Amino acid sequence: MSIAAIKDHTELFEQEDYLRQFECKREFEGPPTPERVKEVMEWTKSAEYRELNFSRQHIKINPHKACQPLGAIFCASGFEGTLPFVQGAQGCVAYFRSHLSRHFKEPMAAVSTSMTEDAAVFGGLNNMLEGLENAYKLYKPKMLAISTTCMAEVIGDDLNAFIKTAKDKGLIPQDLPTPFAHTPSFVGSYRTGYDNMLKGILSYMTAGKKGDPTDAINVIMGFDTYTGNYREIKRLMHMLGIKATILADVSDVYDSPNDGEYRLYNGGTPLEALMDSVNAKHTFVLQRYSTQKTAEFIKNEWVQDVSFYRPIGIRQTDAFIDALCAVTRKQIPKALEDERGRAVDAMIDSHPYVHGKRFALVGDPDLLLGLISFILEMGGEPVHIVCTHSEKPFEEEAYKILSSSPFGASAKIYPGKDMWHLRSLLFTEPVDLLIGNSYAKFLWRDVGVPLIRIGFPIFDRHHLHRYPIVGYQGVINLVNWIVNTVLDEMDRKTINSASFDVIR
Amino acid sequence: MSTSVSINSTQRIIKEILEVYPEKLQKERAKHLAPNDPSGQCSTCQVKSNIKSRPGVMTVRGCAYAGAKGVVWGPVKDQITISHGPIGCGQYSWWSRRNYYNGITGIDTFGTMHITTDFQEKDIVYGGDKGLMAALEELRQLFPLAKSFGILSECPVGLIGDDIESVAKKASKQFGLPVVPVRCEGFRGVSQSLGHHIANDTIRDYILGKGKLEKSTPYDVALIGDYNIGGDAWSSRKILEEMGLRVIAQWTGDASINELGIAHLAKVNLIHCYRSMNYICRHMEEQYGIPWVEFNFFGPTKIYQSIRKIAGYFDDKIKEQAEKVIAKYKPMMDRTIETFRPRLEGKKVMLYVGGLRPRHTIGAYEDLGMEVIATGYEFGHNDDYKRTYPELPEGALIMDDATLHELEEATKKLRPDLVGSGIKEKYAYHKAGVPFRQMHSWDYSGPYHGFDGFPVFARDMDITINSPTWGLIRRKR
Repeated sequence: MSIAAIKDHTELFEQEDYLRQFECKREFEGPPTPERVKEVMEWTKSAEYRELNFSRQHIKINPHKACQPLGAIFCASGFEGTLPFVQGAQGCVAYFRSHLSRHFKEPMAAVSTSMTEDAAVFGGLNNMLEGLENAYKLYKPKMLAISTTCMAEVIGDDLNAFIKTAKDKGLIPQDLPTPFAHTPSFVGSYRTGYDNMLKGILSYMTAGKKGDPTDAINVIMGFDTYTGNYREIKRLMHMLGIKATILADVSDVYDSPNDGEYRLYNGGTPLEALMDSVNAKHTFVLQRYSTQKTAEFIKNEWVQDVSFYRPIGIRQTDAFIDALCAVTRKQIPKALEDERGRAVDAMIDSHPYVHGKRFALVGDPDLLLGLISFILEMGGEPVHIVCTHSEKPFEEEAYKILSSSPFGASAKIYPGKDMWHLRSLLFTEPVDLLIGNSYAKFLWRDVGVPLIRIGFPIFDRHHLHRYPIVGYQGVINLVNWIVNTVLDEMDRKTINSASFDVIR
Repeated sequence: MSTSVSINSTQRIIKEILEVYPEKLQKERAKHLAPNDPSGQCSTCQVKSNIKSRPGVMTVRGCAYAGAKGVVWGPVKDQITISHGPIGCGQYSWWSRRNYYNGITGIDTFGTMHITTDFQEKDIVYGGDKGLMAALEELRQLFPLAKSFGILSECPVGLIGDDIESVAKKASKQFGLPVVPVRCEGFRGVSQSLGHHIANDTIRDYILGKGKLEKSTPYDVALIGDYNIGGDAWSSRKILEEMGLRVIAQWTGDASINELGIAHLAKVNLIHCYRSMNYICRHMEEQYGIPWVEFNFFGPTKIYQSIRKIAGYFDDKIKEQAEKVIAKYKPMMDRTIETFRPRLEGKKVMLYVGGLRPRHTIGAYEDLGMEVIATGYEFGHNDDYKRTYPELPEGALIMDDATLHELEEATKKLRPDLVGSGIKEKYAYHKAGVPFRQMHSWDYSGPYHGFDGFPVFARDMDITINSPTWGLIRRKR
């Protein structure tokens, strides 16, 4: 038997016998008539439907967000020897671990306290006590970073008191670091959870550690799911000769080498460096909308300078590097200047294919802001910008960037909207390119607009998270993905015409 | 009581696996691991199951919502299934189970959509019922071809005392359509399993018996407990139809509400995943006198057996046709085995999955000359294990609700050539250099059921075990 001839789901169900089966099955389905289906389908593409769709207030359809606890355990996993520990029902943790594994294609360790009906009635103290004891003995963490699910939040479990009880009973050592954060899933999104957990970890781990200032800096990446970004920032620091601590450094956690051994803990910000982060001279934050409380805390409690940069695209990378050099009194090395030149060169070489192209984008605020400014630099036109978990300051910041360029004139932000809204937008005001996560592929299918996968989660393409989108290297990757999507699309469109060029 | 060498040796391994645990946990977990005794004579060889997971231990299990959404209601294609509560549950379960269906998504079918009431703090404080009613009204307008609405409750809904049943009743009356409230809050029960049961009960209470079937024939069957992962139910249905049976309902992979409503008109219910849908089969047996039969369409040996078992419920015409079907596909099955057996012969397999797979796939592996040396269920019950013991060799390791630690240690000690488990386990095994297949979603392949599925199954196991990439790993010295 020829192995190549084996048909799996991608071809099997195109066979005549299956098509017949599907047709016959309709008899039992009681489906609407094909005419009616067609009629409704056309209606969903109309302006009338768009209006109805935009008038809804109480339901999200294909939203672009997920809940706080996901962000909390993602943040927690970025520290050395740290086990994310979740007070709540176990299904949530199974979901978080699956979700992160599907994106990174990496293992993800976290535990829950498996709360059930009895905890709903009596509170989750017993679950927490047994859970802490078991998790400590079994997984020997250097730090247990504790967050909650909505169940624990609704019944009002008091993490601080519970953890203290566990330590007083000797179930875990008194000196085991146990930072915690309340992370209700009915408030904000994973960005909020990331922020809450990071603040929890920083405040717990640096209490009483204030000493002589060092000349190091801190970098907070935010809810950044590109391991390549972390590596790129570290490479940049190395290049500039800057001593920097990335707080919640998930790069080795979600991109670990295969050497035949599974390690429960791999990489992460060293706890020593974490504790010393309070003494750094400056903290650079690369996402504003997943770090607000943390940044406030650093400013007010550590009395440390904090600045926000979003090094996506040339100008924003320039600004970040200039600020870095100013704070650390470094000169930009020639190698980095050359990198910038190469990135600009790539943009210039590809610009004709992007100039004037209309973009729709769906994603998180910081990523959107970075991409907007990059697209404007290329001469592309952002048109529809959808952000399900939006914030007023983000919208203001976005319009400010958009109004700085003539290419931003036709853009509109759609705060709190989802990908079903975006579907209406794409049908009624078509664009050339769509940027979003894997779930945006349903829009690609429905509308036919080419999709460039940038964001989170990306489940249906491998390895994209290994490529940075920050810095000058990030610019090259963005140009690559965008221009080559345009060119692929041109090939598809011209497949039966004389325009099927071999040189573009 | 006499115990064999292999049982004793596995017992020793279990003891070593458990050594690291705190005392209480050790005692508790010891009840869930056992060496297999196919005869059922060895009294210490029965595992305890369907018991709460211990806090702080990395269980693989999910929750009742996951069971209700992922398995029973999620795949029903022409219902709008609402994840009622905060944003996460619906997001993390969004189109992750690959329950294939035919239809135009967003128009007449809704399977790959994530629809949620997205609870905010005010919903927790003031309750979510009002918002739910408004949400249903909005959905009704936007999706006029929806045949039903399902409300899958997430944790907070049950905790704040919302009355989704009365909202459902009101909306149902208003729309003239079924609106199904499913109380599958994640804290209920100990695993996905209770979610299956709760969801089965809602099919019984809100849909069953309400569908339309023009005419009946003596050969009408319902295909129950196949979720059409990668098209499994389709390749199973093909066999049944070729046998001369008429599949009037397919639950719930590619299912329509009407099919859920007419299964009680079947002459026999054919059930693949016993764990998740035995409840409704028992109900139809009691209420409508419909017999049900378990079958297994993984691998030729079990497929042949199952075809004959199913045909046994019908007349000679079907029995003869059944033999013809077997004769038609046997050459293809033999060729598949000839091709792959030499590449897979003697390979040892460890399974840790959910539903029916820990026992149903054993025969398919054996057809390929492979041996299953360990198996276990995430959320099995005693009746699952009773069905499993006879399928496995003596001394095989049986694991219930296994933890990451137990899976790792068992792997080190038993050294399987292939492990089949879920996405959370997959990449840890990749790091350890152990060939692995994701056996919940078929690693995005499939189908694995039926004659058309077996070559795909065999090919995939071969791809995984014999990939040259494993040989590139340089282990630390």
